[in-house]
Amino acid sequence: MEGLQGLLELAESLESLDRAERIETLTDYARRYQPVPESVAGKPYPERNKVPGCESEVYAFLVPDSGVRFAVENRQGVSAMALAAILQEFFGGAWANEIEQVPDEIVYRLFGRELSMGKSMGLMNMVATAKALAGAAK
Amino acid sequence: MEPIEQRGYANPDRLVSTQWVADHKGDPDVLLVESNEDPLLYSTGHIDVAMEIDWTRDLNNPLTRDYLDEAGFEALMSRIGATRETNVVFYGDRNNWWATYALWVFSLFGHERTKIMDGGRQKWVNEGRPLYQSVPNRPTTTYRCPPRDDQTNRAFRDGVLRHMQEGKALVDVRSPEEFTGERLHMPAYPNEGALRGGHIPGAKNVPWAKAVDPATGEFLSATRLRELYEGGARLKPGEEVVTYCRIGERSSHTWFVLKYLLGYPNVRNYDGSWTEWGNLVGAPIER
Repeated sequence: MEGLQGLLELAESLESLDRAERIETLTDYARRYQPVPESVAGKPYPERNKVPGCESEVYAFLVPDSGVRFAVENRQGVSAMALAAILQEFFGGAWANEIEQVPDEIVYRLFGRELSMGKSMGLMNMVATAKALAGAAK
Repeated sequence: MEPIEQRGYANPDRLVSTQWVADHKGDPDVLLVESNEDPLLYSTGHIDVAMEIDWTRDLNNPLTRDYLDEAGFEALMSRIGATRETNVVFYGDRNNWWATYALWVFSLFGHERTKIMDGGRQKWVNEGRPLYQSVPNRPTTTYRCPPRDDQTNRAFRDGVLRHMQEGKALVDVRSPEEFTGERLHMPAYPNEGALRGGHIPGAKNVPWAKAVDPATGEFLSATRLRELYEGGARLKPGEEVVTYCRIGERSSHTWFVLKYLLGYPNVRNYDGSWTEWGNLVGAPIER
């Protein structure tokens, strides 16, 4: 299942896991993270594509027919990579427009409520940026 | 940076290099602890013998906005295989921000055999040193600690009010924009619930990260730290200091610098910090 429904099912699944299982699932996503293709954007990435407030230095790009893609420049930004992979997997291709319907609290449902303020803000801004890019492309 | 022992610190034994860790990580009286802001980071790879302490799960009591009690600390230390004689070496992401926070909580329970790995996790990685994913199988212990000491290294609002009224030193380690009241929170961070912007009257502003070399994450030499805190912020060597930030985590980093690297004898961290003071009825502020 892809799109919003698939994401919500993933969130529900993660909420049912214990901490170790949740971390294992999220790090699996982080390992699957693929940065934005060089054919779309190369380094140094444009400042206008930078996700505000994300200390992992994340850039977001709207790729026609592919959806929102991210570049996470901080090698220790594992949570950012996990979220990038999740958003890319669930909202690719035909599902790209559904990203606008992602609820704001999805970060807490995916990662749990024990995030630091900075971490939660950065991840929420990734979601907000992806939604804004999708909306602007209409 | 020059070697730690050449930097002029008051307590150079509180800081160890990545090479020291590589040489001593197998010592039975050494326990490595990784403490990060990113809760996923440890599971992706850590120094092979390092245990994890998660600052929210392991150290906090969210129901009381307080830290764990003696029983909780004893359970934690027993689980990670520490005794009162164990030398605990902390390291982590974000320039050891969370590592110093964990070390500060340990100080409340009188576990004084604590050190920080200079440069933190990033320096270890940058040097090409290995990381492993398997959690070490360190034997558990039965750890006993004295009652939590909330006086020596921790400050509370009434004490901070008296401290301020007596004109004693306060170091606000938040960003300049938070200090002036232009922002209520870190740049690009959410508002963490303070109604007023500004700082505690008389406080000097020294953002916490100025104490480290941004290129390597290592702590600055004592000379450069003195320039920062005594030259810039005009602290007097040895005077009583209270540090604070927003919830007490960034200021634990400065607490570590002043107490151990510069040797100030009486430094306390006000963990209520701006989220408490900024909302406190009757508490004066400056902008």
